[in-house]
Amino acid sequence: MPSSTSQTPNTEVDELVAVSTPQRPIWQRLIGFNLVTAVVLAIVGWLIGYWIGGRIHAPSLDFFADNGQNDISILLGYLLGVIGFMIGMGFANYPIRRMLGHPPTLAEHESEGEGLARYFRLCTDHKVVGLQYVVGIGFFFFIGGLNAMFIRTELLNPNNHAFGPNQYLTLVGLHGTMMMGMMTSVILGPFANWLVPLMIGCRRMAFPRIEAFTFWLLMAAGIVLLTTLFFGGFQTGWTGYQPLGGQGTAGYDAYIGFFALVGLSMCLLGLNLLVTIITMRAPGMTWSRLPIFVWSVLATATLMLLASPMLLAALLMGAFDRAVQTGFYVPGIGGSAYLWQNLFWVFGHPEVYIVALPGFGIVLELLPVFTRKPLWGYRLAVAGMLGVTLLSFFVWQHHLFVSGINADLRPFYMLSTELISLPTGFIFLCAMGTIWRGRIRFTVPMLFCLAWVFNFLIGGISGVFLSDVPSDVTTHGSFFSMAHFHYTIMGGLVFTLFAAIYYWGPKMTGFKFNERLAKIHFWSLFIAFNSTFGPLFALGLMGMPRRVVTYPTNLQALNDWVSVSAYVIGLSMLVFLVNLVWSQLFVREPAEANPWNSKSAEWQLPTPVPVHDFDRIPVFDGDPYPYGVPQVTAPVVAPAGGTA
Amino acid sequence: MNEVNHFRRVVVIWLVSSVILTPIVVLAAQGIPPGDGTVQAAGQTTDNGVLLGLSTPVALAVVVFFIYSLIAFRERDAAAVLDGPPVRGHAGVQLWWIVTTTTIVLFLAGYGTVRMLSDGAGGGQGPNPIAKPTSSAAALPVQVIAQQWKFTFRFPTYGGVETNHLEIPANRLIAFHVTSLDVIHSFWAYQLGVKADANPGVDNIAYVQTKNPLTFNIHCAELCGVWHGYMFDTGAVVSGPQFASWIAQQRARFAPATKLLPPYAKQYFPDPQHRGG
Repeated sequence: MPSSTSQTPNTEVDELVAVSTPQRPIWQRLIGFNLVTAVVLAIVGWLIGYWIGGRIHAPSLDFFADNGQNDISILLGYLLGVIGFMIGMGFANYPIRRMLGHPPTLAEHESEGEGLARYFRLCTDHKVVGLQYVVGIGFFFFIGGLNAMFIRTELLNPNNHAFGPNQYLTLVGLHGTMMMGMMTSVILGPFANWLVPLMIGCRRMAFPRIEAFTFWLLMAAGIVLLTTLFFGGFQTGWTGYQPLGGQGTAGYDAYIGFFALVGLSMCLLGLNLLVTIITMRAPGMTWSRLPIFVWSVLATATLMLLASPMLLAALLMGAFDRAVQTGFYVPGIGGSAYLWQNLFWVFGHPEVYIVALPGFGIVLELLPVFTRKPLWGYRLAVAGMLGVTLLSFFVWQHHLFVSGINADLRPFYMLSTELISLPTGFIFLCAMGTIWRGRIRFTVPMLFCLAWVFNFLIGGISGVFLSDVPSDVTTHGSFFSMAHFHYTIMGGLVFTLFAAIYYWGPKMTGFKFNERLAKIHFWSLFIAFNSTFGPLFALGLMGMPRRVVTYPTNLQALNDWVSVSAYVIGLSMLVFLVNLVWSQLFVREPAEANPWNSKSAEWQLPTPVPVHDFDRIPVFDGDPYPYGVPQVTAPVVAPAGGTA
Repeated sequence: MNEVNHFRRVVVIWLVSSVILTPIVVLAAQGIPPGDGTVQAAGQTTDNGVLLGLSTPVALAVVVFFIYSLIAFRERDAAAVLDGPPVRGHAGVQLWWIVTTTTIVLFLAGYGTVRMLSDGAGGGQGPNPIAKPTSSAAALPVQVIAQQWKFTFRFPTYGGVETNHLEIPANRLIAFHVTSLDVIHSFWAYQLGVKADANPGVDNIAYVQTKNPLTFNIHCAELCGVWHGYMFDTGAVVSGPQFASWIAQQRARFAPATKLLPPYAKQYFPDPQHRGG
């Protein structure tokens, strides 16, 4: 409980903002460092890079002559295009000013008070970046989801093809890459950026410009990935296995560019959150008073910081293999096809937990609110999260159980993989302890959290099959493993994402959601999700490999069932979209300061949260879940916002 | 109603449902793929059954606990904002949970290791297999050569003939030597319970002990390019004499081609076109 949080809006700052808002004509306001300039400079950068790439030539690169494809041009185009984009956004201004001897400022935070315009330029207010992340990632999430609809359309019939193999594999790759790339930041980007400063009692992130940088880098990455459509797509799926990637068309360069930018963005996001949580906690916010969501952010940020460099290394070698004909991944000239698999999964398996851990945090953060009990087994939950973090670096070769590498290490990887179910089990125990004898209220966020319990249980148990070598021989690379990771990632991450949106969304935007539509969204999503991915376990066991454009005709009935269920997921997402647009843009019913009667720090602030969060830095003097404790009954009845 | 009653009820419901459902699940698991066409496939079916049988009570424990709690502890008064009891943990329960889950996990890892080491479980084990069946020296070697987008099969003990169809003898230990000429593929002989990645430059060995004659499906299980979805085939386990006549036929048929093939090797490196300086 923050004991001395000031609740009065920061009128001084609001007045400053009002004064500094000159009503210039729109064309004047478009000139400056903003999204428009950034797009222009991105195109200029691309053209320069492409031109330079075309000038580079050497006899040893006569590969270009054969296929007319110059990977150097395309990769340099992406590189300079992104640099141009970032300069256009204004990220170069501050370093240059500092180099010229100007004093340090946070001008981007304090003077950009022009309402909506703040969202289209470099803004270091963590609340603005959080909302930018919601909309930006949401956009790419819907593109990724649309790809899934196309995939299931193709799989309606094994012989009549809606797309054909090349486009189908590009769709599969785009879906997987979009979801596993952009969506790694889907909790930490929007919610950790927005909430962590409020939860630990500081006014900004440790590195506010890096915070904004990670967002715009991710948006640039998304656009880079979509450009793959102009270059023939890529046929490797999201894993991008080499040497297949080396023989791909120029569309694979977009994959490399995308994942490199995502890796950089993740690495910096993790670093920023880690430093913020370690160094900027308010007085009294000891480690044992940290909200459990912040612990999950800490664990995830650690994984992001340590895992993504592996990805960058793997991609750099892949880019060299393609552009300047090195042979890192080419057997026969000194390379190895195993190298990519190893490097990719050393990154890729921690990444799976980057995706899962924030979900653990959200569930354990929300259950106390809706059972009105303190979090049960706080230390066990922390141990669970840190245990997953540590173990996730020691399991990656379970992706290579049948690959023939390190066959004698398989018992170790089998053990380490199954050991991960112990810390994950702690999270389940804490959830079970928290709801036991609580006063459970079935709000929409609570429903999503409960759905997480079911989905992640199925996902976790199916994971035991995949970690067991004899069973994995059947299930490896089949629809079974696909169903498994959709249960953990979609059932784990996406459901908690929606829990977070419905729970914190009104606080972030200041407007309520329509509850009826939200309930329709939940129930249709939960039922259709299980109806889609449940049968995929059966399909996998019946021998259907992943990423195939055709399949045995006796599997068509099940596949059609799955496709129709997937369309229902799509419709359910449309219900959400309608709710979002309708309630946030048209109805705009103001949300109360604390509609859930939560006792957490962020809900004691007024809605909308003032620009500078706190007038005075709060002092924390108790644990974050003081439910059922007699002495703090006062804030429960009166919605906070007045006195605290 | 006190806490003990609630807990006892959850335990009773869990016990009853587990006792009823676990045998049903285990029995149903006998019918799940990949069947018992080979020793390894039967082993995988058994493994899946054991895992299902073990995970059923575990899953039921969580599900029963949650469903019971959600019904019993729901807030009946929508307007009330009353707090539950401030219980922050219970050392005994936590210890009990950790001990139980650790025991299950260690058992699973031990069981999986023993099962894997006993016969290799049909998985690819690389060039130096550690889980060799006892009679591995007498195994029939069959080289599986994957390329975009086809599997071919080479029989070193039959003059190195390379066929584009696979037949293997029944009741015989087979050693598949899986390799690739270009990118990573995966040799998945579904009914045989065999899966081994085909890596260029790697001899990936998988053992399988065949039983009765059967037809099996072969599929590439690792994305290998545009026509990955069409990289499938059927093969057959046939009786010993039938296999002898089939392989003799193949040798005669492919004799002109066999002369032109490179000598049998653990792996083949095609000319890396336009690669290297």
